[in-house]
Amino acid sequence: MPYLDTLNAKFAGAFATSAFRDNQRVVLSAEKAFTVLFPLLKCLKEECGFDFLAELGGIDYLHYPHATDRFCVVYGLTNTTTGERVWVKAFANDPDPELPSVVALWKGADWMEREVYDMYGVRFPGHPDPRRILMPSEYTGHPLRKDYPLRGYGERHNFPTVTRADS
Amino acid sequence: MALTNLLPDFLIAPLDYLANMARKHSLWPMPFATACCGIELMATASSRYDIARFGSEAMRFSPRQCDVMIVAGRVAMKMVPVMQRIWLQMPEPKWCISMGACASSGGVFDTYAVVQGIDRFIPVDVYVPGCPPRPEQLIRSILDLQEKIQRTGTIDAREFASRTAYEGPTALARELGAEEAIVAPGDYNTATRLRSLPTVN
Repeated sequence: MPYLDTLNAKFAGAFATSAFRDNQRVVLSAEKAFTVLFPLLKCLKEECGFDFLAELGGIDYLHYPHATDRFCVVYGLTNTTTGERVWVKAFANDPDPELPSVVALWKGADWMEREVYDMYGVRFPGHPDPRRILMPSEYTGHPLRKDYPLRGYGERHNFPTVTRADS
Repeated sequence: MALTNLLPDFLIAPLDYLANMARKHSLWPMPFATACCGIELMATASSRYDIARFGSEAMRFSPRQCDVMIVAGRVAMKMVPVMQRIWLQMPEPKWCISMGACASSGGVFDTYAVVQGIDRFIPVDVYVPGCPPRPEQLIRSILDLQEKIQRTGTIDAREFASRTAYEGPTALARELGAEEAIVAPGDYNTATRLRSLPTVN
Protein backbone atom coordinates (compact mmCIF):
# COMPACT_ATOMS: atom_id res chain seq x y z
CA MET A 1 0.00 0.00 0.00
CA PRO A 2 2.07 2.93 -1.25
CA TYR A 3 -0.20 5.53 0.30
CA LEU A 4 0.89 4.39 3.76
CA ASP A 5 4.49 5.31 2.97
CA THR A 6 3.38 8.76 1.92
CA LEU A 7 1.28 9.17 5.06
CA ASN A 8 4.08 7.88 7.30
CA ALA A 9 6.50 10.36 5.79
CA LYS A 10 4.21 13.30 6.54
CA PHE A 11 2.13 12.28 9.56
CA ALA A 12 4.32 9.78 11.41
CA GLY A 13 2.81 8.92 14.79
CA ALA A 14 -0.39 10.84 14.24
CA PHE A 15 -2.46 7.89 13.07
CA ALA A 16 -2.86 4.17 13.54
CA THR A 17 -3.78 1.59 10.95
CA SER A 18 -5.90 -1.52 11.09
CA ALA A 19 -7.47 -3.91 8.65
CA PHE A 20 -10.58 -6.04 8.61
CA ARG A 21 -11.01 -8.34 5.61
CA ASP A 22 -10.63 -5.97 2.65
CA ASN A 23 -11.05 -2.78 4.65
CA GLN A 24 -7.86 -0.82 5.11
CA ARG A 25 -8.31 1.78 7.82
CA VAL A 26 -6.48 4.88 8.95
CA VAL A 27 -7.54 5.69 12.51
CA LEU A 28 -7.19 9.12 14.12
CA SER A 29 -7.77 9.29 17.86
CA ALA A 30 -9.76 12.13 19.36
CA GLU A 31 -6.80 14.22 20.54
CA LYS A 32 -5.13 14.15 17.12
CA ALA A 33 -8.13 14.13 14.81
CA PHE A 34 -9.07 17.81 14.77
CA THR A 35 -5.65 18.99 13.65
CA VAL A 36 -4.52 16.06 11.54
CA LEU A 37 -7.72 15.10 9.70
CA PHE A 38 -7.87 17.82 7.08
CA PRO A 39 -4.21 17.75 5.97
CA LEU A 40 -4.29 13.95 5.99
CA LEU A 41 -7.35 13.78 3.74
CA LYS A 42 -5.88 16.50 1.54
CA CYS A 43 -2.69 14.43 1.22
CA LEU A 44 -4.71 11.31 0.41
CA LYS A 45 -6.66 13.19 -2.22
CA GLU A 46 -3.90 15.14 -3.92
CA GLU A 47 -0.85 12.93 -3.52
CA CYS A 48 -2.21 9.39 -3.20
CA GLY A 49 -4.96 9.52 -5.81
CA PHE A 50 -7.95 8.99 -3.52
CA ASP A 51 -10.01 11.51 -5.44
CA PHE A 52 -13.52 10.21 -4.67
CA LEU A 53 -15.26 10.56 -1.30
CA ALA A 54 -17.51 7.54 -1.53
CA GLU A 55 -19.16 7.93 1.84
CA LEU A 56 -19.15 9.86 5.07
CA GLY A 57 -21.04 8.67 8.10
CA GLY A 58 -21.16 8.86 11.87
CA ILE A 59 -20.90 6.24 14.61
CA ASP A 60 -21.65 6.51 18.31
CA TYR A 61 -19.45 4.15 20.35
CA LEU A 62 -21.25 4.73 23.65
CA HIS A 63 -21.22 1.52 25.76
CA TYR A 64 -19.15 -0.18 23.07
CA PRO A 65 -16.65 -2.68 24.51
CA HIS A 66 -13.09 -1.34 24.67
CA ALA A 67 -14.04 1.94 23.02
CA THR A 68 -11.99 4.91 24.22
CA ASP A 69 -13.53 7.75 22.23
CA ARG A 70 -17.23 8.27 21.77
CA PHE A 71 -18.02 9.65 18.31
CA CYS A 72 -16.45 8.56 15.07
CA VAL A 73 -16.83 9.98 11.59
CA VAL A 74 -15.87 7.55 8.85
CA TYR A 75 -14.63 8.77 5.48
CA GLY A 76 -14.68 6.15 2.73
CA LEU A 77 -12.26 7.12 -0.02
CA THR A 78 -11.83 5.53 -3.44
CA ASN A 79 -9.03 5.86 -5.93
CA THR A 80 -10.93 6.02 -9.20
CA THR A 81 -7.82 5.11 -11.19
CA THR A 82 -6.79 1.97 -9.36
CA GLY A 83 -10.03 1.11 -7.57
CA GLU A 84 -8.20 1.05 -4.25
CA ARG A 85 -10.18 1.98 -1.16
CA VAL A 86 -9.31 3.29 2.28
CA TRP A 87 -11.41 4.16 5.30
CA VAL A 88 -10.36 7.05 7.49
CA LYS A 89 -11.89 6.95 10.98
CA ALA A 90 -11.67 10.21 12.90
CA PHE A 91 -12.83 10.25 16.52
CA ALA A 92 -14.29 13.06 18.58
CA ASN A 93 -15.43 13.25 22.17
CA ASP A 94 -18.00 14.88 24.40
CA PRO A 95 -18.85 17.51 25.48
CA ASP A 96 -18.18 19.35 22.26
CA PRO A 97 -17.46 16.88 19.45
CA GLU A 98 -16.15 18.61 16.37
CA LEU A 99 -14.07 17.80 13.32
CA PRO A 100 -12.90 20.04 10.47
CA SER A 101 -15.19 20.19 7.48
CA VAL A 102 -13.94 18.58 4.26
CA VAL A 103 -16.37 20.36 1.95
CA ALA A 104 -13.38 22.31 0.66
CA LEU A 105 -11.91 19.02 -0.61
CA TRP A 106 -15.09 17.25 -1.75
CA LYS A 107 -18.32 19.15 -2.36
CA GLY A 108 -20.16 15.88 -1.88
CA ALA A 109 -19.41 16.10 1.83
CA ASP A 110 -21.84 18.99 2.20
CA TRP A 111 -25.09 17.14 2.85
CA MET A 112 -23.39 14.19 4.56
CA GLU A 113 -21.73 16.41 7.14
CA ARG A 114 -25.07 18.10 7.74
CA GLU A 115 -26.61 14.67 8.28
CA VAL A 116 -23.90 13.64 10.75
CA TYR A 117 -24.44 16.90 12.61
CA ASP A 118 -28.19 16.39 12.62
CA MET A 119 -28.14 12.80 13.83
CA TYR A 120 -25.06 12.77 16.12
CA GLY A 121 -24.38 16.39 17.03
CA VAL A 122 -20.83 16.38 15.71
CA ARG A 123 -20.08 19.91 14.55
CA PHE A 124 -17.99 20.65 11.49
CA PRO A 125 -16.27 24.07 11.72
CA GLY A 126 -15.72 25.44 8.23
CA HIS A 127 -18.91 23.96 6.80
CA PRO A 128 -20.52 26.53 4.47
CA ASP A 129 -24.11 25.78 5.52
CA PRO A 130 -24.28 24.10 8.94
CA ARG A 131 -28.01 23.51 9.26
CA ARG A 132 -30.05 20.43 10.08
CA ILE A 133 -31.02 18.39 7.06
CA LEU A 134 -33.33 15.57 8.19
CA MET A 135 -35.03 16.81 11.34
CA PRO A 136 -37.03 20.04 11.59
CA SER A 137 -34.82 23.05 12.23
CA GLU A 138 -36.32 23.73 15.67
CA TYR A 139 -35.47 20.20 16.85
CA THR A 140 -33.12 20.11 19.82
CA GLY A 141 -31.88 16.52 20.15
CA HIS A 142 -29.65 14.30 18.05
CA PRO A 143 -31.68 11.12 17.51
CA LEU A 144 -28.98 8.62 16.54
CA ARG A 145 -27.01 9.13 19.75
CA LYS A 146 -27.11 5.95 21.82
CA ASP A 147 -28.39 7.81 24.89
CA TYR A 148 -31.32 9.27 22.98
CA PRO A 149 -34.55 7.45 23.86
CA LEU A 150 -36.16 5.51 21.02
CA ARG A 151 -39.40 7.43 21.39
CA GLY A 152 -37.73 10.78 21.86
CA TYR A 153 -38.61 13.29 24.53
CA GLY A 154 -42.15 13.87 23.24
CA GLU A 155 -41.17 16.10 20.32
CA ARG A 156 -43.43 14.16 17.99
CA HIS A 157 -46.57 15.42 19.71
CA ASN A 158 -45.67 19.07 20.14
CA PHE A 159 -48.03 20.38 17.51
CA PRO A 160 -51.27 22.34 17.75
CA THR A 161 -54.44 20.36 17.08
CA VAL A 162 -56.75 21.40 14.26
CA THR A 163 -60.39 20.88 15.24
CA ARG A 164 -63.45 20.96 13.03
CA ALA A 165 -64.20 24.50 14.12
CA ASP A 166 -60.77 25.71 12.94
CA SER A 167 -61.24 24.40 9.44
CA MET B 1 -78.96 29.59 3.37
CA ALA B 2 -81.37 31.97 1.70
CA LEU B 3 -83.22 29.07 0.17
CA THR B 4 -83.63 27.23 3.45
CA ASN B 5 -84.95 30.35 5.16
CA LEU B 6 -87.67 30.80 2.58
CA LEU B 7 -88.90 27.24 2.57
CA PRO B 8 -91.26 25.79 5.18
CA ASP B 9 -89.73 23.59 7.82
CA PHE B 10 -91.01 20.26 6.60
CA LEU B 11 -88.93 20.57 3.43
CA ILE B 12 -85.61 20.92 5.30
CA ALA B 13 -85.13 17.21 5.79
CA PRO B 14 -85.67 16.31 2.14
CA LEU B 15 -83.25 19.07 1.12
CA ASP B 16 -80.68 17.64 3.47
CA TYR B 17 -81.36 14.27 1.96
CA LEU B 18 -80.82 15.53 -1.57
CA ALA B 19 -77.67 17.43 -0.68
CA ASN B 20 -76.23 14.43 1.11
CA MET B 21 -77.14 12.18 -1.79
CA ALA B 22 -75.23 14.47 -4.15
CA ARG B 23 -72.26 14.81 -1.84
CA LYS B 24 -71.81 11.18 -0.95
CA HIS B 25 -71.80 10.09 -4.58
CA SER B 26 -69.27 12.70 -5.68
CA LEU B 27 -66.47 12.47 -3.13
CA TRP B 28 -63.22 13.78 -4.57
CA PRO B 29 -60.28 12.35 -2.65
CA MET B 30 -57.11 14.23 -1.81
CA PRO B 31 -54.48 11.45 -1.66
CA PHE B 32 -52.04 12.18 1.15
CA ALA B 33 -49.99 9.05 0.46
CA THR B 34 -46.59 8.74 2.09
CA ALA B 35 -45.78 5.02 2.13
CA CYS B 36 -46.95 1.51 1.25
CA CYS B 37 -50.61 2.34 1.89
CA GLY B 38 -50.29 4.82 -0.95
CA ILE B 39 -49.63 1.94 -3.34
CA GLU B 40 -52.81 0.25 -2.18
CA LEU B 41 -54.60 3.57 -2.66
CA MET B 42 -53.35 3.64 -6.25
CA ALA B 43 -54.49 0.06 -6.70
CA THR B 44 -57.93 1.08 -5.47
CA ALA B 45 -58.12 3.53 -8.34
CA SER B 46 -56.98 0.92 -10.86
CA SER B 47 -59.33 -0.89 -13.19
CA ARG B 48 -59.38 -4.03 -11.04
CA TYR B 49 -60.98 -2.30 -8.03
CA ASP B 50 -62.23 0.87 -9.71
CA ILE B 51 -62.99 3.46 -7.08
CA ALA B 52 -64.91 5.30 -9.82
CA ARG B 53 -67.91 3.05 -9.13
CA PHE B 54 -68.54 5.16 -6.03
CA GLY B 55 -68.06 8.55 -7.64
CA SER B 56 -64.62 8.91 -6.08
CA GLU B 57 -62.39 8.56 -9.10
CA ALA B 58 -61.43 12.24 -9.34
CA MET B 59 -58.21 12.24 -7.31
CA ARG B 60 -57.10 15.82 -7.06
CA PHE B 61 -53.66 16.88 -5.92
CA SER B 62 -54.89 20.38 -5.28
CA PRO B 63 -56.63 20.62 -1.91
CA ARG B 64 -58.96 23.39 -3.11
CA GLN B 65 -60.89 20.89 -5.21
CA CYS B 66 -61.16 17.97 -2.79
CA ASP B 67 -63.61 17.08 -0.08
CA VAL B 68 -62.16 13.88 1.41
CA MET B 69 -58.54 13.54 2.46
CA ILE B 70 -57.18 9.99 2.50
CA VAL B 71 -54.08 9.88 4.71
CA ALA B 72 -52.28 6.71 3.61
CA GLY B 73 -49.02 5.82 5.26
CA ARG B 74 -46.89 6.87 8.17
CA VAL B 75 -46.73 10.57 8.96
CA ALA B 76 -43.48 11.92 10.36
CA MET B 77 -43.43 14.92 12.67
CA LYS B 78 -41.87 17.01 9.91
CA MET B 79 -44.93 16.24 7.79
CA VAL B 80 -47.61 17.21 10.34
CA PRO B 81 -47.63 20.97 9.60
CA VAL B 82 -47.89 20.15 5.89
CA MET B 83 -50.80 17.80 6.53
CA GLN B 84 -52.57 20.40 8.66
CA ARG B 85 -52.09 23.08 6.03
CA ILE B 86 -53.51 20.85 3.30
CA TRP B 87 -56.45 20.02 5.55
CA LEU B 88 -57.13 23.69 6.24
CA GLN B 89 -56.95 24.52 2.54
CA MET B 90 -59.70 22.05 1.64
CA PRO B 91 -63.15 23.66 1.41
CA GLU B 92 -66.04 22.66 3.65
CA PRO B 93 -67.70 20.27 3.91
CA LYS B 94 -64.81 17.86 4.08
CA TRP B 95 -64.01 14.50 5.60
CA CYS B 96 -60.89 12.53 6.44
CA ILE B 97 -60.10 8.83 6.09
CA SER B 98 -57.14 7.53 8.09
CA MET B 99 -55.90 4.59 6.03
CA GLY B 100 -53.78 1.89 7.61
CA ALA B 101 -52.18 1.23 10.97
CA CYS B 102 -49.50 3.93 10.66
CA ALA B 103 -51.85 6.80 9.94
CA SER B 104 -54.28 5.64 12.61
CA SER B 105 -51.88 4.78 15.43
CA GLY B 106 -48.27 5.03 14.27
CA GLY B 107 -48.24 1.34 13.47
CA VAL B 108 -45.01 -0.41 14.33
CA PHE B 109 -43.12 2.89 14.14
CA ASP B 110 -43.15 3.85 17.81
CA THR B 111 -40.17 6.13 17.25
CA TYR B 112 -39.18 9.71 17.93
CA ALA B 113 -40.20 10.99 14.51
CA VAL B 114 -43.46 9.20 13.62
CA VAL B 115 -46.65 10.63 15.11
CA GLN B 116 -48.85 8.07 16.85
CA GLY B 117 -52.07 8.71 14.99
CA ILE B 118 -53.04 11.65 12.81
CA ASP B 119 -56.28 12.09 14.77
CA ARG B 120 -54.24 13.94 17.38
CA PHE B 121 -53.75 16.77 14.90
CA ILE B 122 -56.71 16.76 12.46
CA PRO B 123 -60.26 15.36 12.78
CA VAL B 124 -60.72 11.87 11.34
CA ASP B 125 -64.03 10.37 10.23
CA VAL B 126 -63.17 6.79 9.27
CA TYR B 127 -60.24 4.60 10.32
CA VAL B 128 -59.13 1.74 8.09
CA PRO B 129 -57.26 -1.08 9.86
CA GLY B 130 -54.57 -3.13 8.18
CA CYS B 131 -50.91 -2.97 7.30
CA PRO B 132 -51.44 -2.15 4.53
CA PRO B 133 -55.20 -2.51 4.05
CA ARG B 134 -56.44 -4.20 0.92
CA PRO B 135 -58.21 -2.04 -1.66
CA GLU B 136 -61.48 -3.68 -0.66
CA GLN B 137 -61.05 -2.29 2.84
CA LEU B 138 -60.55 1.22 1.51
CA ILE B 139 -63.66 0.82 -0.64
CA ARG B 140 -65.51 -0.35 2.48
CA SER B 141 -64.37 2.78 4.30
CA ILE B 142 -65.62 4.95 1.47
CA LEU B 143 -68.99 3.20 1.66
CA ASP B 144 -69.01 3.79 5.42
CA LEU B 145 -68.17 7.43 4.90
CA GLN B 146 -71.00 7.69 2.37
CA GLU B 147 -73.37 6.25 4.95
CA LYS B 148 -72.12 8.72 7.54
CA ILE B 149 -72.61 11.63 5.16
CA GLN B 150 -76.11 10.45 4.31
CA ARG B 151 -77.12 10.06 7.94
CA THR B 152 -75.46 13.04 9.61
CA GLY B 153 -74.89 15.58 6.85
CA THR B 154 -76.80 18.83 6.45
CA ILE B 155 -77.19 21.09 3.48
CA ASP B 156 -75.22 23.93 5.04
CA ALA B 157 -72.70 21.62 6.76
CA ARG B 158 -73.80 22.93 10.16
CA GLU B 159 -72.99 19.54 11.68
CA PHE B 160 -69.37 20.68 11.69
CA ALA B 161 -70.03 24.09 13.23
CA SER B 162 -70.58 22.84 16.75
CA ARG B 163 -67.54 20.54 16.80
CA THR B 164 -65.11 22.81 18.55
CA ALA B 165 -63.85 20.13 20.91
CA TYR B 166 -60.77 18.08 20.25
CA GLU B 167 -61.99 14.82 18.79
CA GLY B 168 -58.89 12.70 19.10
CA PRO B 169 -58.11 10.03 21.67
CA THR B 170 -58.01 11.25 25.26
CA ALA B 171 -55.83 8.60 26.90
CA LEU B 172 -52.48 9.21 25.21
CA ALA B 173 -49.63 6.76 25.63
CA ARG B 174 -47.14 7.98 28.19
CA GLU B 175 -44.14 9.76 26.75
CA LEU B 176 -40.67 8.87 27.97
CA GLY B 177 -39.28 11.44 30.36
CA ALA B 178 -35.92 13.00 29.68
CA GLU B 179 -34.38 11.43 32.77
CA GLU B 180 -35.61 7.89 32.15
CA ALA B 181 -33.33 5.09 31.04
CA ILE B 182 -33.56 3.58 27.59
CA VAL B 183 -35.14 0.15 27.54
CA ALA B 184 -33.77 -1.92 24.70
CA PRO B 185 -36.11 -4.58 23.31
CA GLY B 186 -33.91 -7.57 24.09
CA ASP B 187 -30.54 -8.80 25.28
CA TYR B 188 -29.06 -11.39 22.99
CA ASN B 189 -26.39 -12.44 25.48
CA THR B 190 -28.60 -13.33 28.43
CA ALA B 191 -31.80 -13.89 26.45
CA THR B 192 -33.74 -11.69 28.83
CA ARG B 193 -36.73 -9.92 27.48
CA LEU B 194 -35.83 -6.44 28.62
CA ARG B 195 -32.74 -4.76 29.88
CA SER B 196 -32.18 -1.20 30.95
CA LEU B 197 -29.04 0.53 29.85
CA PRO B 198 -27.21 2.95 32.14
CA THR B 199 -27.88 6.56 31.38
CA VAL B 200 -25.09 8.92 30.48
CA ASN B 201 -24.64 12.02 32.55
